[in-house]
Amino acid sequence: MPVKVRIPTPLQKLVDKQAEVSLEGENIIGLINNMETRYPGIKERICDEHDKLRRFVNVYLNGEDIRFMDAEQTKLKSGDEISIIPAIAGG
Amino acid sequence: MSYVLGLKCRECGKEYEKEPIYVCEFCFGPLEVVYDYQAIGKTLTRQLISSREHSLWRYRELLPIDGEPAVGLYSGYTPLVRAHRLADELGVSRLYIKDDSVCHPTFSFKDRVVAVALSKAREFGFDTVACASTGNLGNAVSAHAAQSQFNGYIFIPADLELGKVVGSLIYAPHLVAVEGNYDEVNRLCSEIAQGYEWAFVNINLRPFYAEGSKTYGFEIAEQLGWTYPDHIVVPAASGSLITKIWKGFDELYKLGLTDNPPQTSVYAAQGKGCAPIVTAIKQNQDAIRPVRPVTIAKSLAIGNPADGYYSLQVVKESGGYGEEVTNEEIIEGIKLLAQTEGIFTETAGGVTVAVTRKLIEQGRIPRNESIVICITGNGLKTMDAVAANIGKPIEIEPNLASFEKHVMGEG
Repeated sequence: MPVKVRIPTPLQKLVDKQAEVSLEGENIIGLINNMETRYPGIKERICDEHDKLRRFVNVYLNGEDIRFMDAEQTKLKSGDEISIIPAIAGG
Repeated sequence: MSYVLGLKCRECGKEYEKEPIYVCEFCFGPLEVVYDYQAIGKTLTRQLISSREHSLWRYRELLPIDGEPAVGLYSGYTPLVRAHRLADELGVSRLYIKDDSVCHPTFSFKDRVVAVALSKAREFGFDTVACASTGNLGNAVSAHAAQSQFNGYIFIPADLELGKVVGSLIYAPHLVAVEGNYDEVNRLCSEIAQGYEWAFVNINLRPFYAEGSKTYGFEIAEQLGWTYPDHIVVPAASGSLITKIWKGFDELYKLGLTDNPPQTSVYAAQGKGCAPIVTAIKQNQDAIRPVRPVTIAKSLAIGNPADGYYSLQVVKESGGYGEEVTNEEIIEGIKLLAQTEGIFTETAGGVTVAVTRKLIEQGRIPRNESIVICITGNGLKTMDAVAANIGKPIEIEPNLASFEKHVMGEG
């Protein structure tokens, strides 16, 4: 069940300069682990050593912040779209 | 001459060149401007600052531009009002209002950050500037872009107050109303920013832009005779202003411009219904839990505050606290400030006044120490928030009898 993942500019060099990759995963952390298998080095940029998202990384599932759902454990289904976005300032 | 050495990640310390980038490539932490304080210390004195124009550029060595300021030459240096009547009302002895409701040219503290951001955008060679905005930032970017001939793209939540929509449209930017709340607008903009060579002031210019807020703190200290207040109550949206006032206070002492280090306690003020920072303060947590904003203080309606974590650290380190207030309390706060000090502030200002009252009543802010309330925006932009709560004009016919009957209550 492929899920589309949009990659922010600072991480694109780790995924062969693609802006979007297609991956599988049962939940968010599973997806990140699969991403690490295919693109070694990307996980430590997004997660800390306890498999938690880093403080300044926001992950959205179909436009919704995953912290409003089950965070790293949020389940995924085929066709879902994920965005990884750095936190930005206010206005 | 430039005193900027480069950029540095606040989280992991990785260093970067002066570029329009905003997050650490390694850990996604925010980047901060690094200055050569030793060199600044050799030239910047109280006398030099005092001899300069009354604008935020009087502190130019501590702002991140390399050449002459190009945009917002008249922004900043707003009054620090000694608020005797409001002090009486709140039962405190020394109270001040730092009044950015009269900041030039768009009546909010965002004129400061935009003056710096657009001056920097020009140095970087951009021709288009953009922002995600809850209103005030959009107004400031629109006005400064018009004056300095940039193309402007402003993204706002579709439910914004009319005053803030008109306050951008009049300058003829590309104003884009997004069906969603500010956090959704912000997320969209960060994706747009990746695909276009634009200067998004609060995204890829963020490290430079945010430095403009320090001048709000510099001015408070200068206007208090190069001293600091004991307490300062700051409205919190992204949390950036709290961190930058604190940084500004610290820099003045570091450079010997004040005799004593800041002992100020910093308090975060938010509206109930969008108080993720205050909630974390009260629960003594390090992580900010995002919320979906529901408050009339739309300029503070950021449910996922980017600088939430660092603003929490400032509040804790300074011995301050945080408080939240209801819509009714916000409206009462706006009316109280207007009717005691003659200052008409927007909803965010109602929040800080009402929160200050609450903190004084709770005994968290002592009554005999100096207090600064931050007023960051103008009430004429959010009239719909108070219109139903301030009575109506007395209607009369154009003759004396009608005046005496209806106004003076005779006959």
